[in-house]
Amino acid sequence: MKYMALIYGAPEDSPTPESEEFGPFMEAYAAASERFEKDGVLVAGEGLEDDSTATTLRVRNGKVETMDGPFAESKEQLGGFYIFECANLDEALRYAAMIPSATYGAVEVRPVSDYSDLE
Amino acid sequence: MTTSVGPEIDALVRRDGGRMLSRLVADIRDFQLAEDSLQDALEAALVHWDRSGLPRSPVGWLLQTARRKAIDRIRRSANFRSKSAELTALIELDRDFEPVIDADPIADERLKLIFTCCHPALAPRISVALTLRSVCGLKTEEIARAFVMSPEAMAQRLVRARHKIAKAGIAYEVPEADGWGERLQSVLAVIYLVFNEGYAASSGELVRGELCDEAIRLGRLVHQLCPGEPEVEGLLALMLLHHARSNTRLGLAGELVTLEGQDRTQWDREMIGEAREILQGALRRGRAGLYQLQAVIAMIHADAPSFAETDWTEIALIYDSLIAVEPNPVFELNRVVALSYAVSAEMALKRLERVGAALESYQPYHAVRADLLVRLGDMTAAGAAFERAIALSGSAAERRFLENKLRAFCGQGCT
Repeated sequence: MKYMALIYGAPEDSPTPESEEFGPFMEAYAAASERFEKDGVLVAGEGLEDDSTATTLRVRNGKVETMDGPFAESKEQLGGFYIFECANLDEALRYAAMIPSATYGAVEVRPVSDYSDLE
Repeated sequence: MTTSVGPEIDALVRRDGGRMLSRLVADIRDFQLAEDSLQDALEAALVHWDRSGLPRSPVGWLLQTARRKAIDRIRRSANFRSKSAELTALIELDRDFEPVIDADPIADERLKLIFTCCHPALAPRISVALTLRSVCGLKTEEIARAFVMSPEAMAQRLVRARHKIAKAGIAYEVPEADGWGERLQSVLAVIYLVFNEGYAASSGELVRGELCDEAIRLGRLVHQLCPGEPEVEGLLALMLLHHARSNTRLGLAGELVTLEGQDRTQWDREMIGEAREILQGALRRGRAGLYQLQAVIAMIHADAPSFAETDWTEIALIYDSLIAVEPNPVFELNRVVALSYAVSAEMALKRLERVGAALESYQPYHAVRADLLVRLGDMTAAGAAFERAIALSGSAAERRFLENKLRAFCGQGCT
């Protein structure tokens, strides 16, 4: 099954580029990604620019309306994601726990829908 | 509709319902489908067995029929293609299944099911409800009553939990030893709740022996699975010690008999001996926890020659340790009872007033208070406390018990 690990964090709680923890934090990310790849569970993974760069759009009555900012204002923002291929939820949770941001914010794990039977 | 086999099927469901459902969930890997298919099979049994008598292996017959019903349901369903792997597996199972030769068609799948229900990705309350429903075969209405919820709300929660298990890919297995930690705690809690639901049923009959037996069986299974885990041993010992007294807990009229009035010569000494051995082994490991401590208290009761000669000071001290590990108003209440015998009823009553706020709507609090007031001779206040306890009683037997006490102690003195 495919699982998506959505990485949430409050910017003020995560290491910033100026901080002392930033170097080890990024190294930990590199190590985690390497591990995911080596174990063959990594499908995809990206980090996102901070939420001030986000644009949200809706189509209403055929018209595109855009708005500045993320969909929902909350302290914790979506900062990146991984997609894993795992046998079950426990395995996905095990890998998600290795994501360095889990120590600072939260990681939401959700199965990716399988539409293969709809064709 | 009345048929001659109806009562026999009811008895079968009562005895083996949970085991059959566990087995079916193992085969079908879908809680809802397993439950629906078993229901289909039971309806079929009602018709077929009435016509041609009970089959040689009723459980085997029901399992095989349920599997075929599941195959039918999958074939008819909209997401037929996504289920094709399950369908193939089920058809193969159906081909290999020999109901008559198979002596015990239910290998023990219940532990896997419990671990699945107790997955940390599910809320603890729902874990208990799901276990009671799937493993112990309690009806949704019964569970709803125990949780003080409407049956509709409980049914909805159960559906949501089953949906999550299926969709989130929660594995149907006993995890590797390193994945036990928090899950073992939930598993033990669930087993103890099942035992308690049997020991002091929240509704209907006062005692449901089959649930106690089931809980003890499950406790033994976990014990086999992880020997040397002191809290597992503690829980097993605790359940055995309570169970050893079960045949003295009800009087001739089905009324509750408390520890004080129980005929100690009728306690199951063999079971107590087994519990003692298990508990001693656990305590030697030097990691005392909640279940071990409670088992030690039960052991002191088991060893006391009479209620009056119980070592109440020791019991009060162990409640101190329990409260230190887990602050809990029910432990506080029990400590008050121990202190009332170890020190005095007067001192106990003072302590009781201090924990009162948390237990205002808890029946035993008022019953204990009434008892203490009787011992102190304040019959008017005792009468009022009894009335309050009676109003809060869940079962008829409990109510009768309290009403008898009220009559016995306050017959003349109370206003």
